[in-house]
Formats: sequence, structure tokens, C-alpha cells
Amino acid sequence: MARLNVNPTRMELTRLKNRVRTARRGHKLLKDKRDELMKQFLDFMRRDRDLRRKTEEALGRFYGSFNVASALMSPEMLEQALLYPKQSAALTMKTRNIMSVNVPVYTFKTRNSDPADIAPYGYAATSGELDDALDALAEIFGDLLELAQIEKAVHLLAGEIEKTRRRVNALEYVMIPQLEETIRYISMKLDENERGNLTRLMKVKDMMLKQAGYGAE
Amino acid sequence: MSESFAISVLGDRGSVLGFRAIGLDTHFAETPDEARPILKKLARDSAIIYITENLAAGLKSDIDAYTDRVTPAIITIPGKSGSLGLGMSQLKSAVERAVGANILET
Repeated sequence: MARLNVNPTRMELTRLKNRVRTARRGHKLLKDKRDELMKQFLDFMRRDRDLRRKTEEALGRFYGSFNVASALMSPEMLEQALLYPKQSAALTMKTRNIMSVNVPVYTFKTRNSDPADIAPYGYAATSGELDDALDALAEIFGDLLELAQIEKAVHLLAGEIEKTRRRVNALEYVMIPQLEETIRYISMKLDENERGNLTRLMKVKDMMLKQAGYGAE
Repeated sequence: MSESFAISVLGDRGSVLGFRAIGLDTHFAETPDEARPILKKLARDSAIIYITENLAAGLKSDIDAYTDRVTPAIITIPGKSGSLGLGMSQLKSAVERAVGANILET
């Protein structure tokens, strides 16, 4: 592991020790964040999977009756029947904060609150299958909306988890080992200087004693 | 933060027409190339865009660009010809991204 390119001084050593302490604390916090995000993510993922199965099935049924309706009616008639929708939907969006990930929460308002009264056409010229199809669709719409909300949350959480995991790994396998390596290098260098100094002093003392005549006893 | 947004549906005519009746904003495109500029336009003012699988399959890179943004949520739904399993595979790729391995049973 490469060590950082710093001067081996006592001041640098203190600075690095502080840095490694901060890095360790950050690492621990990020790891906790990652674990909690993962827990939330798995929860959302399961809900998304179940909901998707359910809505895809329901949509299949809707297309079934809608296809029959469009086979029974001429395309122009069908187009005309659906040209001016009676129902209109408006969506308001808030965000919810899950572990600092902003996840959308949708609330939904329809202009026409009676679900039985959405057919924008008279019943004379259209086939009964069309009514069935639209009823089915109106029924699953709430699920479709929830699916959108959950699926978006899943994708946003996945992105955040990936980011957090990278940070955790960078700290654990790069930053912290590098700092520790450098700290070891500096303290060894300082110790070495210390020993060098000590021998020098002993040597000087010997020389001084010899000069003063105490040398050969 | 609470604003009003549109809910859009993008797909081939036969699949999408029914959604108009329940008050959604419907847009028709028969091919991915046709759908691309519409998608771009819709992304500006819709909170949710439902897109049929056969279009989504050809627009993967365009859709991926919105994955990490809060709006719009682009949700694939099966078209009239039935499910291709694309929605599930998107979920799987999100799981792989987060966990690092596919933990969903296939």
C-alpha cells in the first residue's frame, strides 16, 4: 500500500492521527447507513415485485376485453367514443425522506369522483366489452399509481446504496490503510532520529571525557 | 413541495387508447424512434410516464437517463400483446445494482 507523500514530522503525525480517527468514524457511520438503506430497499423491492405481478395480470385482463371491444367496433367508432374523456386526473407530488433519499409520494385527484360514471360515451353505439374494459382499468389505476411510487423509490434507493457502498469500500480499503501506513512510516522515522541523536550524544560524551583525562581508567 | 403534475401514457394506439377514458394524458407512438422526442417532451412536465414494453425495449438508454432523478418516474407496463417481462427485469437490474448480486428468484 502506497503511503502518502508527507514530511516525517511530529506535527504531520498528529494531523494524520486525527484524520484516521475521522475516517474511522465516517466509515462506521456510512456502514450503518448502508445497512439501513439495504433493509429499506429489500422491503420496497418485495412490495414492488408483488405489485408488479398483480398489475401486469390485471392489465392483461383489461387488454383482453379491450381487444374484444375494438374487434367488435369499428376503429372510428372506438376513437370517437373515447375522444373526449369525462374523467380527468391530476397528480400532486410530495417527497418523503428515507435515509436522506428523497422519494416521491403521489396523491391523486380525479375530477369525477364516482367510479361508475367514467364512460365518456352513450351506451347505444358501443359494445359492452368496452364498459367492462374501462371498469377494470379504473379499478387497477390505484395500483398502477402505487407501482409507480414504489418502483421509483426502488430505483432511487438502489442508486444511493451503490454510492454509499463505494464510499464505504474506498474508506475501508484505500483511505484508512493508506493513513495507517503513513503513520507507521512517520513514527518509525521519528524513532530512528531519536536513536541517532542518542548515540551521537553518547559519542560526544565519551569524547569529552577522554579529553578531560578521565578516558583511560 | 407540492405541485400538480400530469400522468402520461405513451404507447401504440391500440394499447393506450383505453387509458384516455380514465383521464390520463395519452400519447401515441408506434416505434421507439417515434417515441423518443415525445418522451423527452413528456419528461419535462409529467411526474409519471407509463410506457409500453415494446417501446421501452428500444428506448433503454433514454429511460436510464431518468433513473436517478425524482421526476419523472418512467414505469413500463405491458402492451396489448402481453407482458414481455421487461418490468421485472428492470427490477432485477436495480437489485443487482444495490446488492451486487441477483437475489430475486428467477
